[in-house]
Amino acid sequence: MTRVVARVIVTPKPVVNDPQGITVKQGLATLGFREVEDVRVGKYIEVSMEAESMHEARERVDAMCRQLLANHIIEDFHFEVDQVLHRDTHR
Amino acid sequence: MKFGVVVFPGTWSDRDCGWVIDQVVGAQLQYLWHKDADLKGCDCVILPGGFAYGDYLRTGAIARFAPVMQEIGEFADRGGLVWGICNGFQILCEAGLLPGALIRNASLEYRCEWTHLAVERTDLAFTSQCAEREVIRVPISHGEGSYFAEPAVLSRLEQSGQVVFRYCDAGGRVVPNANPNGSLHNIAGIINKRGNVLGMMPHPERCAESELGGADGLKLFRSVAGSALRVLVS
Repeated sequence: MTRVVARVIVTPKPVVNDPQGITVKQGLATLGFREVEDVRVGKYIEVSMEAESMHEARERVDAMCRQLLANHIIEDFHFEVDQVLHRDTHR
Repeated sequence: MKFGVVVFPGTWSDRDCGWVIDQVVGAQLQYLWHKDADLKGCDCVILPGGFAYGDYLRTGAIARFAPVMQEIGEFADRGGLVWGICNGFQILCEAGLLPGALIRNASLEYRCEWTHLAVERTDLAFTSQCAEREVIRVPISHGEGSYFAEPAVLSRLEQSGQVVFRYCDAGGRVVPNANPNGSLHNIAGIINKRGNVLGMMPHPERCAESELGGADGLKLFRSVAGSALRVLVS
């Protein structure tokens, strides 16, 4: 078995209005960051797990995203899966 | 007519719904715990407002895994009346019993205020006591009530007349100023195709007695109570 950590990023779909992103963008503009064109606010989810292989881990995490972690009507997701070499490296 | 009111950890409108059913309408009331895998013979199941399971991850996202939700899905498939109010509407969307999703209010503010609703369907078990194109006054209380559905779903909803309530002004005009949360097409409530699963963000249970500032919500409860003979749950 391989111990892995999946780092999942969930973001509002481009077609979905994101008032949080608009408000953060306005805040950045107030601070002088006028180069900012767009801000989208999403979520970061870390999943620690064991899997037979990296391939299986990716398949399982993809299924988790589809079934619960993201709502496909309003959100997109992407993730990275990394192998964890020592148990105590889990944060 | 026996009403079931579902109680999840974090539900807050269960007693308000129960009061209206039991004390104002005088119908039979049964509270249903989220762990119950039995609807106890209820004819209409209400998913009340609140923050079920703390609204963790997304509103309604965790509540849909409760044992009672499996039963409610099968009950809806058999034609049973299911009524989601506020958080209940969010749960029905997450559970796939209604299309679309409720997202953060466009203002980013929690809105607790009176709204006017244009009633667009009066042929339903939930609205039969409303007049055609009636405007009712019902309060909202939510931070994530902005209705969203992708364009194809939205046009299907409109074409098949599944929009039941729309935010409007006191004169019944559906205008942007009357939209408290940024819902697409001013949508405040929708019904499934079959006409037995209703989701709405406003709170009819909070305006069922004139002492509370309005009693328009009572029409919806009375509609359901009076529909007993017309509902055939197979």
